[in-house]
Amino acid sequence: MSSLRILVGVKRVVDSAVKVRVNSAQTGVETANVKHSMNPFDEIAVEEALRLREKHGKEKIKEIIALSCGPAKAQETLRTALALGADRAIHVKSDDVLEPLTVAKLFSKVVSNEKPDIVILGKQAIDDDSNQTGQMLAGLLNWPQATFASKVAINGSSLEVVREVDGGLETVSSALPAIITTDLRLNEPRYASLPNIMKAKKKPLQTVLPADLDVEVRNRLQTLKVTEPPKRQGGKIVASVDELLEKLRETKAL
Amino acid sequence: MRQRVVKPAAGIMLAQHCQYHKPARLDSFKKLSNVDIEHFKSIVPAETVLATAAVGGTADAIELEGFNADWLNKYRGNSQLVLKPKTTKEVSEILKYCNEQRIAVVPQGGNTGLVGGSVPVHDEVVLSLRNMNRVRSYDEVSGVLVCDAGCVLEELDNYVAERGHIMPLDLGAKGSCHIGGNVATNAGGIRFLRYGSLHGSVLGLEVVLPDGTILDNLSTLRKDNTGYDLKQLFIGSEGTLGVITGVSVLTPRRPSAVNVAVLGVPSYENVQQAFKRARQRCGEILSAYEFWDSNCMRAVLHHQSLKSPLEAEYPFYVLVETSGSEKNHDDEKLTALLEELLEEGIVEDGALAQDDTQISRMWMMREGIPESLGKTGPTYKYDVSIPIPVLYDVVKDIAQRLEKVDLYKPGQSSGPVKLVCGYGHIGDSNLHLNVVAEKFEDRVTDVFEPYVYEWVASHRGSISAEHGVGLMKRDYLGYSKSPEMISYMKRIKDVFDPHHILNPYKVV
Repeated sequence: MSSLRILVGVKRVVDSAVKVRVNSAQTGVETANVKHSMNPFDEIAVEEALRLREKHGKEKIKEIIALSCGPAKAQETLRTALALGADRAIHVKSDDVLEPLTVAKLFSKVVSNEKPDIVILGKQAIDDDSNQTGQMLAGLLNWPQATFASKVAINGSSLEVVREVDGGLETVSSALPAIITTDLRLNEPRYASLPNIMKAKKKPLQTVLPADLDVEVRNRLQTLKVTEPPKRQGGKIVASVDELLEKLRETKAL
Repeated sequence: MRQRVVKPAAGIMLAQHCQYHKPARLDSFKKLSNVDIEHFKSIVPAETVLATAAVGGTADAIELEGFNADWLNKYRGNSQLVLKPKTTKEVSEILKYCNEQRIAVVPQGGNTGLVGGSVPVHDEVVLSLRNMNRVRSYDEVSGVLVCDAGCVLEELDNYVAERGHIMPLDLGAKGSCHIGGNVATNAGGIRFLRYGSLHGSVLGLEVVLPDGTILDNLSTLRKDNTGYDLKQLFIGSEGTLGVITGVSVLTPRRPSAVNVAVLGVPSYENVQQAFKRARQRCGEILSAYEFWDSNCMRAVLHHQSLKSPLEAEYPFYVLVETSGSEKNHDDEKLTALLEELLEEGIVEDGALAQDDTQISRMWMMREGIPESLGKTGPTYKYDVSIPIPVLYDVVKDIAQRLEKVDLYKPGQSSGPVKLVCGYGHIGDSNLHLNVVAEKFEDRVTDVFEPYVYEWVASHRGSISAEHGVGLMKRDYLGYSKSPEMISYMKRIKDVFDPHHILNPYKVV
């Protein structure tokens, strides 16, 4: 395999620094007038694609394509990906709620059109915490998957990925094409520089609809109710060790 | 017995750090005794009295350490008594007694000041407002917040943020500083450009005078032209006229769209050019325009776990922030400005934060400067207002003077002076000139003191832009204020505090 193409998934989510609130109808969190940004794990995915290109050169990593599925505003997230250094962007426009399986199907169709060698996705999006899209996409494409990556290396035509697993690290190797999902420690994403933000405006951004890709948006889950976690009870200062012990006994902690 | 061990240690610290002129203790002040402590215990709850064995209490001297020394460990007093009243009435009774007994008092908030204004000089009683930390009322429509003086700024900002508003000031010490201290020192900070001075946003104050009188001027009115506006006297009085116990402050609507960019700028001339352009293009949404030089940047990158947003190094860095209510509109304006700056070569590179995490990292870079310099070595800090065109000249001038006498070699991090650097709020003509030394010593100090004050005076600047006068700059007040003005300041002091028990040795 002489040259490679990387497809990166980016999702527009409520900014990680925003304190989310459940809406009054209890059907989800408040998203109107709330700051949105690129899913942090997807930022890591974009960064990793860029680093692979910086390491192996533009001849080896020929193209980095960013893909986002969502409403019109998902284009902002794609522009960010372009400003960070992706070459072009594809927007699958849909105002519906997209479940991981739908997203995975949309991705698989784009993959068959674009024929990337590596697909890098965030391990999960911080809004729904599903952690499914990468795995489902691997299943649909029948590709190998290296999830929760904390280190990625390309050796010739194979991939070596260090995975974060319970209690340690696991190093796996696979042939290409393959799916990678990113974990937090993989890298620290860069800032978008002004010259790149300007260049990004001229980079191609293509919009398609799910129907164009022959994918029907059909949800299998219905959200019944969203509630906030119970409020944490305030601490209390005790006057003495004896009182502390007494309180601990009261609460059956001892 | 343990106290004796602590005392000499404190003495050693004194010799190391306190390179400042300490005025002699005034004999007219009473020395505290057991009787006084007993009296205080009769007017405030016993647990709010912290007295050492020297005055008949039980506290260890180490417990008073945080009240006696400032956070830079530059100024240090020797107070044996800390009082932490919980109500305005308690403050009133404490002051009344101290006034009658001629006991000197230093009011203290979060003790984050930089000019030695909030720590005792000798054995003054520390009157800490930290137990007065309740929000008294909040008006959702007008955005007027009324609270105790001891509320921590950041907690207030969180409180009003939940209601869609923002405190009109913000500064690096927000996590510790008290609103009362902010008002008493007329603190500036990074939202000044947008929301202006506390002289405008403070609507009312509750102040306890030395004789115990409670001046209840806790107005929530924006307009009130009935006679002299007394509260203005206490804003910036640094605890020398009365003790602020309550504050009424107007909080603006919190902007929903915030953008931050960091720019790499080739010269100070261009820093000014970019500022002019920023006001031209983004005037109504511009909320901060901060700058720092490459020496500051190196210190920050060395001491903080932060990555530079720019790949190369530049002589100057600018942080520009816009705050508005319509993101698309702001984005468009800011991007247009940034593109223009870049295309015309006014700035050489820049980075635009893509999310809130990046925004806060960029701010951490700017706000981490004082701390990073402090980690580099003992730091001489000058906070001055100088007309923008010559603002940075003083940094170059001081560096050259130090070089000439072989105390400083730029680029070399060793020697008697490690670093001369400048940063600050360009938008407010406010420069922080910092000199990081191996240690505080006369041969270094003498090179720029009082030279730096003369320099500032010759440009009709102010020797204290936002840090106040405190103990540090009392002797230099004449560089910014005429003898007539100082004389009237003293007369005002006599009116409110005829026995000069409040924060003695400071300001005037």
